[in-house]
Amino acid sequence: MATVVQIVFGLIAALIVGAAVMVVTARNVIHAALWLIASFFGVAALYMLLEAEFIAVVQILVYVGAIAILILFAIMLTRQVTGEGVRQLTERWWVSLLVAVSLFAAVLVPTLLNHKGWNLPALPATANATPELLSGPAELGRGFVYEFLLQFQVAGVLLTVALIGAIVIAFEERSRRRRVLTLAEEHALNQDAARRQTAEPGLKITAVTDGE
Amino acid sequence: MTQAIPLEAVLVLAAALFCIGLFGALSRRNMVGVLMGVELMLNAVNINMVAIGRYLEPYPYVAGQTFTIFIITVAAAEAAVGLAMIIAIYRTWLTSNVDSVDSLKG
Repeated sequence: MATVVQIVFGLIAALIVGAAVMVVTARNVIHAALWLIASFFGVAALYMLLEAEFIAVVQILVYVGAIAILILFAIMLTRQVTGEGVRQLTERWWVSLLVAVSLFAAVLVPTLLNHKGWNLPALPATANATPELLSGPAELGRGFVYEFLLQFQVAGVLLTVALIGAIVIAFEERSRRRRVLTLAEEHALNQDAARRQTAEPGLKITAVTDGE
Repeated sequence: MTQAIPLEAVLVLAAALFCIGLFGALSRRNMVGVLMGVELMLNAVNINMVAIGRYLEPYPYVAGQTFTIFIITVAAAEAAVGLAMIIAIYRTWLTSNVDSVDSLKG
């Protein structure tokens, strides 16, 4: 049983770290966002392994369902060249690589040097020992309305402020808005331009904009 | 679960994820890429919270998972505001690269 859990943990860890490396190195931003979704799924599986089922479901709902989709929308709204030839990292990326690697080493080296055996609790002696009590969503909800009530309310206020702020920041006045053509209008425009092109060659095709 | 995997293994995994996210946040040119790095770092912190809560907290206490939910809330708010800012910046500068937006440079 323990071996199976260890193998599953190894696979999940490989998925999380591999997908995260792909997120920061992928040349195409859309591919990076899809790898980010894979990494989020790996983290949710790790929560399942850590017996935090509610957090795993929340992870899928909020990260994969909302944040990843929001990121994909932002990529598509700020459409520009994201092809293979475009430089995706800053000029001095090796400095940040140095910072990240040295931070990881600073965390890891003292841990490994002061290591005195893995700190595992002993297995229960008999097969029918009392099972370990775990706190679930009921305790979580009780914590929200008793101990962490103030933090809960502040989180609600924060969400409202962020919602209003996002609307205010991304708002665009109607007079400055560019009109986006529907597919049918664009097709009709192209047909019209092609007809005029054949009628009198040398005419420039101009795009129609509204409210400029 | 707790008998098979030591707490240190989970913490080392979270540290690796945090450092990868830090590298992405510092070195990506695209603003959305920077935001993705920040999301990875927040995920690493959440893993730490859940793991320490699972291994070290006695039964009726749920502070680890509660604070994980608060971090997820803050991450959602941060993503919404950050992406709105990216869209507003793209409208003005017609770019979403962090090194192109330097009008505050002295």
